[in-house]
Order: sequence, then structure tokens, then C-alpha cells
Amino acid sequence: MKIMTCPLNGPRNITEFQCHGEVHHEVDPTTASDKEWSDYLWMSNNTAGVVREWWCHTPSNYWFLAERNTVTDEILATFAVPADGPLGEVK
Amino acid sequence: MVFALLKYGMTGRYPARQEIPLTPELQPHYDVVIIGGGGHGASLAYHLAKNHNIRNVAILEKGYLGGGNTARNTTVIRSNYTDQRSIKFYAKSLRLYESLSNELDYNMMYSRRGQLTLSHSDGVSRSLRLRADAGVFCGEANEILDRKQIKDLVPSLNLDIKGMPILSGLWHKNAAIARHDAVVWGYAIRACERGVELHQRTEVLGMDVANNKVTRVRTNRGDISAGLVVQCVAGYSSVVAKMVGLKLPIRSYPLQAMVTHPVKPFLDPMVSSTALHCYISQSARGELVIGGGSDPYELYNTRSTLELKEGLAASALELFPFIGELKVLRQWAGITDMTPDYSPIMGQSPISNYWLDAGWGTWGFKATPASGYFMAQAMANNRVPDEIRPFQLERFDRFDLVNEMGATAASH
Repeated sequence: MKIMTCPLNGPRNITEFQCHGEVHHEVDPTTASDKEWSDYLWMSNNTAGVVREWWCHTPSNYWFLAERNTVTDEILATFAVPADGPLGEVK
Repeated sequence: MVFALLKYGMTGRYPARQEIPLTPELQPHYDVVIIGGGGHGASLAYHLAKNHNIRNVAILEKGYLGGGNTARNTTVIRSNYTDQRSIKFYAKSLRLYESLSNELDYNMMYSRRGQLTLSHSDGVSRSLRLRADAGVFCGEANEILDRKQIKDLVPSLNLDIKGMPILSGLWHKNAAIARHDAVVWGYAIRACERGVELHQRTEVLGMDVANNKVTRVRTNRGDISAGLVVQCVAGYSSVVAKMVGLKLPIRSYPLQAMVTHPVKPFLDPMVSSTALHCYISQSARGELVIGGGSDPYELYNTRSTLELKEGLAASALELFPFIGELKVLRQWAGITDMTPDYSPIMGQSPISNYWLDAGWGTWGFKATPASGYFMAQAMANNRVPDEIRPFQLERFDRFDLVNEMGATAASH
């Protein structure tokens, strides 16, 4: 069993969590070109290494951020969404 | 006995066959550089050399021949997809597989078993009907079976699974299994006989791109230049594409599978259930091959997890309750490059001399002969043939996807 530490609920079994993908830069659909928009919809960095992602603790529906290494399968850090300031999005 | 063996081993009359040549020196230039020495890379090299007389070809493999996802799949070969474009492509692959042992003079242990895909709900029954009819329309043999026919076909199957009884099934009688190692070995041996160089333990570290062209491939054994470069690196498509500055619509997940200890033959067809996320076949050795659970989050790691193996075992037990006594003999995971529409990415990339054979998710093994056949055609003529044109990367810009999610997810 793998344990993830939820910023709200503390250490829990990873099966209680859902991953919602990398924190990435949102594109404005009103100004984006067709190419920018299709890239935004389909393309993925799919990084082999450290990624910053959205996760959700499903029983409590609590959303937070996590840093994870996709090669070693280690969870490096989990933290609450900052009230203001950048989320550390990637392009 | 021991002495006889020793005598046999010492005598020069029975030398060991060296079918796959030792890794030669790296030349400064090749007409075609294939990154990735798996089934797809070897198949592409073979078809380039045999069908198009392009022999100055190097396959660069960072590990050993066929040591990646070619060795990590569950060897299902079938063509019962939904979209006509996919059905025709995979049907070609099935035809090539049928004659592959003869073509390569190498025993693929090709075994036509048929595949039974089970439905536990009206919705799935409708989608199976669609797949059956779409297949028949394209000339592939498919039929829908009712409960009695399923019972006759697989008497050991438990039809009355609690809460999700089996309602009907899609019978794809030409589905088969083959020995995955033999496929890549066979292609590599025959390609090397025609002058292709196989460079094992040769890792591509980076690529130089100038004027929208790959000018240099940097490896751990030195730099080379190439007329054309193609990547056939299932599981690392995004990583290698990044070396030339390309971003792909791929997310990589491990897919886990396992094998039980061998038992007497009782299961001829492959049986799969999308609702249970499980498919089972019995290998020629008698082992039950049980796949395929996808991990819930993206990962480049082939570890196994207890949760997924437990889930697979639970599903397998619903279908065949009497296998509870069997022990798991081996377990593994392979990295699957999942695309949004569950179809591969083949053809040209935005970089003029760089070609893509990527996004092979959980459908790569069955496509090994056809992908090499058509990719060789495309690269030799610098024109993508109609059969793989729908699978080009630019389909995402046109929103012209080839949706095979229903015919692919966990159903192999």
C-alpha cells in the first residue's frame, strides 16, 4: 500500500486519491489560434521526472497540489493550493 | 549423460548458431537510423531492406533486442476494432502475422485461438454488435454469440457472475497469440542478413536539429548523421520526441499483467471482459496469462502493485472460479503510451526528416508487422500510404480522431 499525505486529512492510502494531471498554463480560447488551442487540448509534457499535479482526496473532495517523481514513483511533497500567487504551472 | 553433453558441447561439429550478429562499430552515416530495437524497429528495418532495398540502416537500442515493451505485452493479435480505418490496418497486420513464420523462416509459435469479448450490460452488447458489423463490413470474421453458444465454446466459464451476468459475447475467430520474443528475433535476424546493423546498448542521448532537419544523432558510442531518423520507442515516445523539440499527445501509464503456474490445457480461446478490466488466455506452456490493469496515474516505472494484482486476480476468479488454487508465477508491467483516441501515431513529424512510430499504448504488439510494412513504404517513397494516413500526428490539429477507446480499453 502506498501512502499519500493529504494536506487536510493527513497520511491516507493512495487508492483514496485521484490524479487530475499536470498543473499547466491555461490558454484563453477567445484569443488562442487554432494550433494553440489544439495543442492545449491534446498535447502533454508527459515528463519523465518531477511533475507538479492536481490531486483530489475523493472521500472529502479536497483538491490540492502534489510534486511527484514519475520515474521513481516517489511522492516528494503535497501542499494546499496557495490562496494567491502562482501554482507553478508549466507550459 | 554429463560426459555426452560435454563431448557434444566441445565438438566443432555442432557450433552454436550466431543468428543475431554482435554489435558492430558505429559508422558515421546511415541512410536510415531507427531509434529503438523492439518489434516495431526490427519490423521496419526488415521491410526497408526487403521491400525497398534500403540496407544502410542502423537500429539503435539502448538495452538489448526486444527487451522493452516487446517483452512486456500479452501477445494478443486481433482486428475487431470499431473504426473502419483501424480495422483495415489491424487486419493487414493479422494477415502478415498468419504467414510470418514462413516469411521469416522462424517459428513464431503462431496459434489461432479466437477471442471472446464478453458483455455484462445492454450498452456493451450494443457496442459489441457495432464492432461485429463494422468488422464484417470490412471483410473480417466476427459474430455475436448468445449465452448458450458461449457455454458451448468455453464450458469452464462462469456465466452467472453475481450482479453482472454475461449476456452476450463478440466472437473474433481469427484472433491469435504468438511468441513475442520470436517476432522481434525473427525480424532482426532477417534484417541483419540483408545488411541492417543492430546496435545494442547504444543509447540516443540527444539530437541536433537545424533548418527543421535532424542533422546529428548523439549516442553514448559517438555521433552519427542520417538521411532519415525514425523513433520506435514504445514507452518512451514523449522522452525521445522531446529531443527534437516535439510534444506529443501521449500520457504514459504502466499496464500490469501476470502469469500463473502451468496447468493442463482447458482454455482454447482468449476471453476478455471490459467491465471486469480483465483478459485471460492460456499459453502454449499451460500458464494462464492474465492482464491488464492500468495504473491510476502517469508513471515511467515498471514496478508491480498489490492493489492491481489483487484486482486482476479477483476479476479472473469471477470468470473462472476454480483457478483460485493457482499461484502467480510471474508478474510485470510495461509502459503504455496512451493517446487520446487510443490509436497510434504513425507517419511524418513536423521535422522534415524525422518520422514517428509512437503512441502504441496497449495495441503495439498486434501491429508489429503492419506498422513496419507501411512505415517502410512511407519512408522509402517519402509518401504516407493511405492505410496509415489517418494515423498521422496532424489528425489532432484537424480534430479527426480515430476513436478506439471502446474496442481497446482493458480488452486487448
